[in-house]
Amino acid sequence: MTHQQPIIDTSPKVSDEVRQTTCYMCACRCGINVHMKDGKVAYIEGNRDHPVNKGVLCAKGSAGIMQVNAPSRLKAPLKRVGPRGSGEFEEISWDEALEIAASRLEPIRKDNPEKLAFFTGRDQSQSFTSFWAQNFGTCNYAAHGGFCSVNMATAGIYTMGGAFWEFGQPDWDYTKLFMLFGVAEDHDSNPIKAGLGKIKARGAKVIGVNPIRSGYNAIADEWVGITPGTDGLFILSMVHCLMKAGKIDLEYLGQFTNAPVLVNQDPDSPDHGLFLRDDHGAPLVINRKTGKLAPFDMHGVRPDLGGSFELDGITHVSVFQLMAQRYLSDDYAPEAVAERCGIPAKRIRAIAAELARVAFDEAFELDQEWTDFRGEKHDKMIGRPVAMHSMRGVSAHANGFQTCRALHVLQIILGTVEVPGGFRFKPPYPKPVEAHPAPHCRVAPNKPLDGPHLGFVHGPEHLALKNDGTAARIDKAFTWENPMSSHGLMHMVISNAHAGDPYKIDTLFMYMANMSWNSSMNTRGVMEMLTDKDENGDYVIPNIIYSDAYSSEMVAYADLVLPDTTYLERHDCISLLDRPICEADGAADAIRWPVIEPDRDVRGFQTVLVQLANKMKLPGFTDENGNAKWQDYADYIVNHERKPGIGPLAGFRGKDGDKVGRGEVNPDQLDKYIENGGFFVEHIPTEASYYKPWNMAYQDWAVGMGIFDSPQPYLFQLYVEPMRKFQLAAEGHGERQPPEHLRERIKDTMDPLPIWYETDQTGNEGYTVNALTQRPMAMYHSWGTQNAWLRQLHGRNPLYVPTKLMRENQLQDGDWAKVSSPHGEITVPVMEMAALNDNTVWTWNAIGKRKGAWALEEDAPEATKGFLLNHLIHELLPSKGDGMRWANSDPITGQAAWFDLKVKIEKAGTPADLEESQPVFSAIKSPVGTGPEELKWKVGK
Amino acid sequence: MTELPNATDRKMGLVIDLDTCVGCHACVISCKGWNTENYGAPLSDQDPYGSDPSGTFLNRVHSFEVQPSACGSEPAPAAQLIHFPKSCLHCEDAPCVTVCPTGASYKRVEDGIVLVNESDCIGCGLCAWSCPYGARELDLAAGVMKKCTLCVDRIYNENLPEEDRIPSCVRTCPAGARHFGDLGDPDSDVSKLVAEREGMDLMPEMGTKPVNKYLPPRPKDQMEDQIDILAPLLAPVAEEAGGFLGWLDKALDKLPGNSTEGAN
Repeated sequence: MTHQQPIIDTSPKVSDEVRQTTCYMCACRCGINVHMKDGKVAYIEGNRDHPVNKGVLCAKGSAGIMQVNAPSRLKAPLKRVGPRGSGEFEEISWDEALEIAASRLEPIRKDNPEKLAFFTGRDQSQSFTSFWAQNFGTCNYAAHGGFCSVNMATAGIYTMGGAFWEFGQPDWDYTKLFMLFGVAEDHDSNPIKAGLGKIKARGAKVIGVNPIRSGYNAIADEWVGITPGTDGLFILSMVHCLMKAGKIDLEYLGQFTNAPVLVNQDPDSPDHGLFLRDDHGAPLVINRKTGKLAPFDMHGVRPDLGGSFELDGITHVSVFQLMAQRYLSDDYAPEAVAERCGIPAKRIRAIAAELARVAFDEAFELDQEWTDFRGEKHDKMIGRPVAMHSMRGVSAHANGFQTCRALHVLQIILGTVEVPGGFRFKPPYPKPVEAHPAPHCRVAPNKPLDGPHLGFVHGPEHLALKNDGTAARIDKAFTWENPMSSHGLMHMVISNAHAGDPYKIDTLFMYMANMSWNSSMNTRGVMEMLTDKDENGDYVIPNIIYSDAYSSEMVAYADLVLPDTTYLERHDCISLLDRPICEADGAADAIRWPVIEPDRDVRGFQTVLVQLANKMKLPGFTDENGNAKWQDYADYIVNHERKPGIGPLAGFRGKDGDKVGRGEVNPDQLDKYIENGGFFVEHIPTEASYYKPWNMAYQDWAVGMGIFDSPQPYLFQLYVEPMRKFQLAAEGHGERQPPEHLRERIKDTMDPLPIWYETDQTGNEGYTVNALTQRPMAMYHSWGTQNAWLRQLHGRNPLYVPTKLMRENQLQDGDWAKVSSPHGEITVPVMEMAALNDNTVWTWNAIGKRKGAWALEEDAPEATKGFLLNHLIHELLPSKGDGMRWANSDPITGQAAWFDLKVKIEKAGTPADLEESQPVFSAIKSPVGTGPEELKWKVGK
Repeated sequence: MTELPNATDRKMGLVIDLDTCVGCHACVISCKGWNTENYGAPLSDQDPYGSDPSGTFLNRVHSFEVQPSACGSEPAPAAQLIHFPKSCLHCEDAPCVTVCPTGASYKRVEDGIVLVNESDCIGCGLCAWSCPYGARELDLAAGVMKKCTLCVDRIYNENLPEEDRIPSCVRTCPAGARHFGDLGDPDSDVSKLVAEREGMDLMPEMGTKPVNKYLPPRPKDQMEDQIDILAPLLAPVAEEAGGFLGWLDKALDKLPGNSTEGAN
């Protein structure tokens, strides 16, 4: 046939209309353009103008269209009619659902509000859900941070007044060396990919520290396949090398950190280890110009890093001297740590040398004047182009808090935080720890809580303890067991409620948290706790209310199910009061709005909370006459004011919509957001771009925006004094004293300068292989791994085993292996992976599904071959024989120590020997049936 | 048999950077979304919620492990993982076109894009068989052959803003690992990128002359060989224990405004 080509239409109509909203396929919150045809969603792409994704969109984002039509969407409120866990429900009306919920919650509130435990999972409305819980009056509220990355967030805030991800970002425009620790393929998603692409395009180098070389680590120029849990040791060894070689930024340390602050060195003093302060409480330094004491913030002071001072017979030395004493020790020499870290000493030195070379030899200047908080003018901004980022891999260990602190100390001694080329904060950060609330826990019948639930403790006085010294909160957050647990401990709620330790509760109320499956340790045990009955035949946890958009595994364990909408059917605000979408160069927030209306009898969960609050006439939500202030969540977003002029959204305030940050309520605010593409950005002045914690131009801008009421400059805390206060208590000082069994642990772990310690290995004899999980990029943080398109990418999750362990155990791809831990045993398919630490196995998290859940067929590979590592991890450590319950958590923050897992692996059979991964659980009855046999989803004609 | 044009005016295609591709599958799903809704029959999925879900995709990402071999007595360097996105390469000598018995497969004269005219496609599958790259997929619901169209309904589409007239996979790629342009023009950005990064043909031995090019990953894990770890970068400032504070004092003196001489 000779060449012939038909005439085709190369300019077809793309859509009837584009509606711009915010994605919620993961926690990244990208802007999306939703193309509509005939009133239906036809295509989703990234919004080019959006500060987070600048037009790009990941696999999850584009697959959002398959969530809107997902057969797993819940259709109506459900009332349990079979036993818990069976999945037997009847559909009820919203009137009945709200009546049932209120009839359970109102007596609790009148009697003892702490009997309600309200915990939310991948919630992006925490400033609202916490406001609800506070007005209900319960102290038992938190979101999922405790089992996610609280170590990273808290260590960042205590050390440098901000943390990674939502709180800060690498300076992608200028960095020349980017070092990534323990980041799988996640947190955050598109900005890291875009940043990697940007810096690689100009030849900057990437170092990936991760036992697994996948995702971002696969494209790293240098891969450090570290032994899990030893990152802190590796980092402190680099600190050792850099200090020893004097490759540290002395000017920066002296001016902007507490390195020169003087510390009491008298072991007999009640202030031992605390800062020397003046009468106004300002920490004191030695002024090199005078040799005399001076407050750290005095105009013209030149703080002496090597300062010491004798006062009333007590020696005080600078924090920096304490650091030199500790980190110059040969205990931290590369040769001393190499074997434990699984990294050759030569490689540790090479990386430290490269950090030094880039930070100092490639330093540069921006021709930009700025004025610091001491009133000193600087004519330039010095760039040190080394940036770092870290997340769960480092965080989710019982030594994770100290490791995250060590990482920040490394960044700070190089002078790379808040400078060009380094790491930059995003508004509302930087923010000193003192500017955060302390935790509140005082409960009274029929009264709101005495303040915000979560916060940052400054010492034992802020612990959430009852008058008898027992834990005030059901999750035992802010107790001596984990004093700095700023995000709560969601992973302990069900276990503690079931044990009645510290007390029994009446109602467990949860949102978007798959606690009977992949979001819990000890999954089988949790299912048993949720269904366990007492001697009277009543459930030990009496009432469970759950809200979700989909038929997740947790739905089956609820007595009452409140069906949520999908993200394209709802209002939301991604608020500066909460976890906003800011960039280093601007404050930004965003909304979701219903680009389509639900075709089912479902309601946005936050609207349901407003309706419940109104029904119960909760203070905060109703006026003195009991009249509702807001009808639904959209009404709250626009009309709620935290303080006069400051509400959930910072943009388009004031009656004309022309005020930013502060301004009276604008009834048309949501329309303005929609016109603007679903988001709002206010740029930071150029003069305020860097050195933000100390830069008066930034501080003044932040006050104008309503982020602070007055400027809040501060020093980076290399030495964290609040930690020392807990140690002092453990040494016997002060009125609030820890229980005897915790004294030694507090002394050992709450060191105010970063340390590394081996995590508790009790019971691990014979279990020598590290076992980890990661989320695949196409499913990271995704509340929808049942997605018809995404499950074709990741529908099964083998256990990836390094070549050495495959050979030792005579395993071949597809064979079954028995994997056991001190807690349990699973049998799963294996696959060899060479680019992996040779004593580590891993799998994709949250692929495995329970039969009957998520509207998948019962023989779906997720339910037959897929599996959870969670069965091997317990929320408690193995018994030490002391009668105590020791949580499998970081002793400082309570962070769930998922990645401390050690296992043993043995061959269990060839592929033909077994049908399904073990353990197998009975199928739950699907409240929504299963999906269609074929999809041909074209909405346009 | 179907004839190819003697020459095409332009050679539009993709340049894919394997040094930057993190294997996130964004391109895969964006392509699926656009092409389900647009050109020709939707990309269907069979058993989408069941035991063996399979659907039509015009672009897939495969991942390969690479184990560099040992050199001398040193242990072998660490294994690497390469993510490899693959779609139709719009070959100059496209065997999928010449094998087509109905003329449904054709290569466009103006831009070199290889397309299937679905109304002439009988679903015989010869083209998929002849493609050495496995880049064509028969849609089981429609019974017609599907393949990458290079988003021919985007790149000239006057209903889209000009900056969006690029394939959906390129527009969406978060890492910026995908580039689109005229590889027949040596002065185009993509041609320059290929020249600079020594871009490669996929399986050139097949004689298909693919238009799409791949940029190879840069060498990895070379830091120890490049950096002198002892001096001067990490040379100790002092050997004995007390020496560090002495060094510190001198170093601080050198900082501006820090001299103790001006003490008052």
